[in-house]
Amino acid sequence: MNEGPPLAGVAVDRLADVWVYLSASPLLGLTVTLLVYQGAFMLYRRSGFHPLANPVALAVLVLGTLLWATGTPYATYFEGAQFVHFLLGPATVALAVPLLEQLPRLKRLWLPMLGALVVGTLAATVSAIGIGWALGASKATIASLAPKSVTAPVAMGIAEKIGGLPTLTAVLVVCTGILGAASARGLFDLLRIQDPTVRGFALGTAAHGIGTARAFLVSEEMGAFAGLAMGLSALFSAVALPLVAGWLLKLV
Amino acid sequence: MIPALAALLVCQLVGEALVRALAVPVPGPVAGMAGLLLALVLRPAWLAALKPTTTTLLQHLSLLFVPAGVGVMLHLQRLGNEALAIGVALVLSTWIGLASAALTMAWLMRLMAPPADQGRP
Repeated sequence: MNEGPPLAGVAVDRLADVWVYLSASPLLGLTVTLLVYQGAFMLYRRSGFHPLANPVALAVLVLGTLLWATGTPYATYFEGAQFVHFLLGPATVALAVPLLEQLPRLKRLWLPMLGALVVGTLAATVSAIGIGWALGASKATIASLAPKSVTAPVAMGIAEKIGGLPTLTAVLVVCTGILGAASARGLFDLLRIQDPTVRGFALGTAAHGIGTARAFLVSEEMGAFAGLAMGLSALFSAVALPLVAGWLLKLV
Repeated sequence: MIPALAALLVCQLVGEALVRALAVPVPGPVAGMAGLLLALVLRPAWLAALKPTTTTLLQHLSLLFVPAGVGVMLHLQRLGNEALAIGVALVLSTWIGLASAALTMAWLMRLMAPPADQGRP
């Protein structure tokens, strides 16, 4: 969205005044975020929820281009967008509801889930650090990469602790989520993993909230397990990753 | 909807306060989630009041990641300079994480279940 169609008879400086007002108020950033996301989601739906038409990726691309084209700093945009960002907290709390509904199965599957959680989280972290190091990434970049499979607010906290850049981590977290959500179906088919509980749990472990959002689209069951994995991985990572990644980063 | 939102915020607030008071490295919303789960186990009747709001919120979980994603603007320089390392590490480690979690869980489920239970279509 831009300042709107030029209306005949409205002086250009008047229009500029409107733009100055709007660009300084949180209203515009918030409205544009919702509109662009809604547009991206409609495209996603029209594509039959194709994993490659991920609405987050599309919305970020469009919004980034808009900010760049209008010369709006990210901080100004975020003054409006923070209201959306804030809801990540309540949404995380809300995951308790699907969890409750899957509780009987959780009790039965706790050991396989615990194993998957520990192995998946550590494998993603260690491989990210190792590959980043092998290809010559800087230390701050490697530290920002390490927690990227964890949900955004937690990952940012971990990155800060181990010497990464929290805002870069937030971007990498979103990229990981989009990538995981887009490629999970193909990868699981390749590995002959059919069980929706396993698919959901692995997706939540490796691709946090965006993977969970994708899983909820496939089925409530898959979504509940993805949400559980995301929550457990946030707990486990918050405790374990600063130690593991902090120790590995001393070696690189 | 308002009682449900208030309940979610209360849980988050209590979670944030608890993790700070106890100085545990767990994020506040995750502690809040654990608290809400406990409350719902003790009082299952509350579920009906929460469900419509939580369903709406979780259905649009993707939207909530958009503002953080747009932050890519702040890091274009670094991302450009280290594109190869970041790109390869991002893609491979995501696949490694997905595959290792899925294979571990499937393997442990096979170990624990009787073999006849495995014939999913």
